[in-house]
Amino acid sequence: MFGEIVKGLYTTLKHLFQPPVTVQYPEIKRPVRNRFKGRHELKRYENGLEKCIGCALCAAACPADAIFVEASENSDEKRFSPGERYASTYEINMMRCIFCGYCEDACPTQAIVLEKSYELSFYDRASAIYTKEMLIVDVPVNGRSTPQVVEPGIFNRAIPEMEDPK
Amino acid sequence: MSDDLVTLSVDGVEVSVPKGTLVVDAAKKIGNDIPVFCYHPKLEPVGMCRMCLVEIGLPMRDRATGEPLLNEDGTPQINFGRGLQTGCTVQVSPGMVVRTKTDPVEQARADVIEFLLTSHPLDCPICDKGGECPLQNLTMRHGRGNSRMVFADKLHMEKHVPLGDLIFLDRERCIQCARCVRFQDEVAGDPVIGFHNRGRHLEIATLSEPGFDSYWSGNTTDICPVGALTTADFRFGARPWELTPVATLSPHCPSGSNMTVSTRREAKAGGRSVIKRVMPRQHEAVNEIWISDKDRFVHHFAESADRLTQPLVRKNGKLVAASWTEALDVVAGKLQQAGTAVAGVSGDRLSNEDLFLFQELFRKGLKSNNLDLANGRLAGGDIVAQVGISSGSNLKDLGKGDVVVVVASDLHEEVPVWWLRLKQAAERGAAIVTLNVRGTRLDKYAKHALRYVPGEAVATLRQLVNQSKVETDGQSDDPIAAAAATVGSAGNLVAFYGAEGLTYDETESVAKLLANLLLLKNGDGHAGKKNNGLIPVWPHNNTQGAWDMGIHPSFAPGYKALPEAGLDAHAMYEGAASGTVKALYVLGADPIGDGLMDGRGKLDFLVVQEMFLTATAAAADVVLPAQSWVEREGTFTNAERRVQRYYPAITPVGDSRADWQILAQVGERVGLGKPALAASLVFRDVVKAVKQYKGMDYRSLAKYEKQWPDVGGDDLYYGGNAYENRSGLGQQWVAAAESGKVGMFEVAETAVKSSPGLKLVRTAALYTPGTLISHSAALLGPRMAQPTLSLSTADARKVGVADGNRVEVTANGMTMTATARVGDAPDGVALISGVAYVPGTAVVQIRKLQEEKVA
Repeated sequence: MFGEIVKGLYTTLKHLFQPPVTVQYPEIKRPVRNRFKGRHELKRYENGLEKCIGCALCAAACPADAIFVEASENSDEKRFSPGERYASTYEINMMRCIFCGYCEDACPTQAIVLEKSYELSFYDRASAIYTKEMLIVDVPVNGRSTPQVVEPGIFNRAIPEMEDPK
Repeated sequence: MSDDLVTLSVDGVEVSVPKGTLVVDAAKKIGNDIPVFCYHPKLEPVGMCRMCLVEIGLPMRDRATGEPLLNEDGTPQINFGRGLQTGCTVQVSPGMVVRTKTDPVEQARADVIEFLLTSHPLDCPICDKGGECPLQNLTMRHGRGNSRMVFADKLHMEKHVPLGDLIFLDRERCIQCARCVRFQDEVAGDPVIGFHNRGRHLEIATLSEPGFDSYWSGNTTDICPVGALTTADFRFGARPWELTPVATLSPHCPSGSNMTVSTRREAKAGGRSVIKRVMPRQHEAVNEIWISDKDRFVHHFAESADRLTQPLVRKNGKLVAASWTEALDVVAGKLQQAGTAVAGVSGDRLSNEDLFLFQELFRKGLKSNNLDLANGRLAGGDIVAQVGISSGSNLKDLGKGDVVVVVASDLHEEVPVWWLRLKQAAERGAAIVTLNVRGTRLDKYAKHALRYVPGEAVATLRQLVNQSKVETDGQSDDPIAAAAATVGSAGNLVAFYGAEGLTYDETESVAKLLANLLLLKNGDGHAGKKNNGLIPVWPHNNTQGAWDMGIHPSFAPGYKALPEAGLDAHAMYEGAASGTVKALYVLGADPIGDGLMDGRGKLDFLVVQEMFLTATAAAADVVLPAQSWVEREGTFTNAERRVQRYYPAITPVGDSRADWQILAQVGERVGLGKPALAASLVFRDVVKAVKQYKGMDYRSLAKYEKQWPDVGGDDLYYGGNAYENRSGLGQQWVAAAESGKVGMFEVAETAVKSSPGLKLVRTAALYTPGTLISHSAALLGPRMAQPTLSLSTADARKVGVADGNRVEVTANGMTMTATARVGDAPDGVALISGVAYVPGTAVVQIRKLQEEKVA
């Protein structure tokens, strides 16, 4: 019986002198894995135009009905995205979202990406709804913010050239 | 088995169909979907797209004897020929064997899809059709998933070509099926779009100025099997799967067109549910699967920013916002104070429930029969109750040997759906007889197009009716006698009558004369038989309901004659001016704005129940904000006496209430008891009071049955995107002639008053400016009818007016300015269109306005 007590205490003593595994969040943040699915971001092209074309396929794919999209039409005087159409309203209810990533899979222009941010907490329900302004990434260094005024005739396709999913 | 049925087998399933049926339709009947793009059940087959290729085999016969050749086991030998055939152009024949699931067929379908997609842009994510697109669906079902065509070689064409103000064309998406072109040629009779160029460069072009000048343009977007044609209204509005369809009815047209409004909650509108588009809903006895552009695009008034949102009460000479309780108390108190000097006028766009409660409020609550339509143009509701078109009739059944008489109406401008259906009846062989003051579009399809001299409509019609009684050989130089011979030999007889150029009294005589025409031959006449009877061309969607509900000084609900008639609208307006009428209740009408009433006169109290601050509402003491038709439910009765339901679709605007609710709450305050809690309960009271509506309730009105051709559902490629009717076909009430004998009507001889001078006749235009259409966005702006005065060349010379001049027109004390058109009118008549209603024919003064100097 004495032997068992020593054995147990030995385990305790061993851990007493090992460095702790607890991370002092929020002072210290652990890096997330490559395939971690955190808060969504709406991406831009290098020239600053939005990738989102307002097709609402993300909303259709969403199993939690967390996404709401309303589209409007681009013009060369007020251009948000390269095609004919852009999302004038884009909202994600983070309280509904289950971070499954179906929206990312459905997106034909790879505009919506589940990034690494996971710090999502709210004081009330209304602030759990992330609007387009909150979701869209900053304008790249060499880009211009949207809406842009562009030369007529450059963006004459209905949708930007689509790539195969990578 | 009847000789008219042909039995064939499709994929081993035997089916018997009428002779002349096409293979695709026969297969459809047993649920075998042969994919199609260019074929449409309402259009002639052309076999252009090749999507319907199937194997068709016929039984072989011995060449010498003609006997069928049999296999060893006794089954007939079938010859499938060497290739595939288009199922949409081949008619069925006895013993035919169709195979739709074999490898060659599947291969052909995949190949056709591959070809159709050679230059298709595949921009489904942003396409308005994406989600309800036949090309998308059939590609998923029959396509290969890849293509041997080089992606980079896709032809790039214009993406956003306006075909007129309402329809946009995407040339890349078009698969050249010609459904739109054929619809405009065959169904609408407006061949204003056509193919231009050939081969890959073939494109749809508009041939009219202004572009796509047709009242039916919106229907091409429904039957377009791809997203090539889309409406300006719905562009990027929503994805189809996000929409909530709600059944509704036309708020304009007495045909009672069935429609579906697609709604969606919208962040731009503050989270309200809004109308995204209006689509046709199938009703083969009413509007088939078509709606006019007015029904499709004039709905924005419901969401206009000008809508009244709260009750207004006049305090210190100003209309200020008030609570409902306060406003209703004032209304009830003031109406009761006025005693017998109270009167009510109503519009004819309201539901049966509203109109019934309005009538209850006056007859039972205020003990007054001073009740009328604000702008009664057309009389004869009581005559329609006797000899109206029989229940179970369908204009689609009219054909060879049948006759349609149209008097004093331009159906193309007034009720386009009827125009479309009569045109098709004429093409099936029905004889159309028109009697108008001038040429109308229907004349082109008419066997006899008769004219009357202004003021002599009744006399001319009497001549026609009298001569129809006499048997003739039909060989006569007199156009009236020739038309009478046609009418006299009619198999089925349907008579339409309108009010163009007629006074209210004249329309009553016209209705009676046509009723007599239907009753001829001593009771063995047409009236009471299926596909026979009278149809009034009412000005609005529920004028019939207003008559049924007793919005009339001398009829209680159900056409019960009253012992003591009240004042008619004209007398009320005069009474308001002279002070004999103290309080006036205006329900959904604008008599001041329409020029019927000269300000509020000496009225002590004027209450207006409206959606907008109209001229009448601006003069009122209390304004009660009412809901539009899409915010509440109710029933309309169409001119064929079909009672139909419509349903609430969008969130009510502001603090507005349904008309029937407001009227019930006023009624409660004048001692009519607790208000009904639902429109369905009000309708129950309607059915008790109106004997013609016996047996109807909200549940029976919502009954539906499967209609042919199939639309909606999963097979969008077949019938187009019109909605299937799952919300009710309504019920037609029975006219008196159907259940008993109806006596002939006495029509007093009227002396023809021929006065010298040019007569003014107001003609209809579909987009005539009015309260609703003017509040419906700028979409129809360029198409709105401008005031136009048409004169004959001789008359124009007499008054010294040239084509395009601005003129000032004065008649009956009203003055209007208009643009002159020379050459379109008969001599002695000045036709004015694009203005508010002008009754009858008045002698007109025309003065040329000085041309404004253009800098």
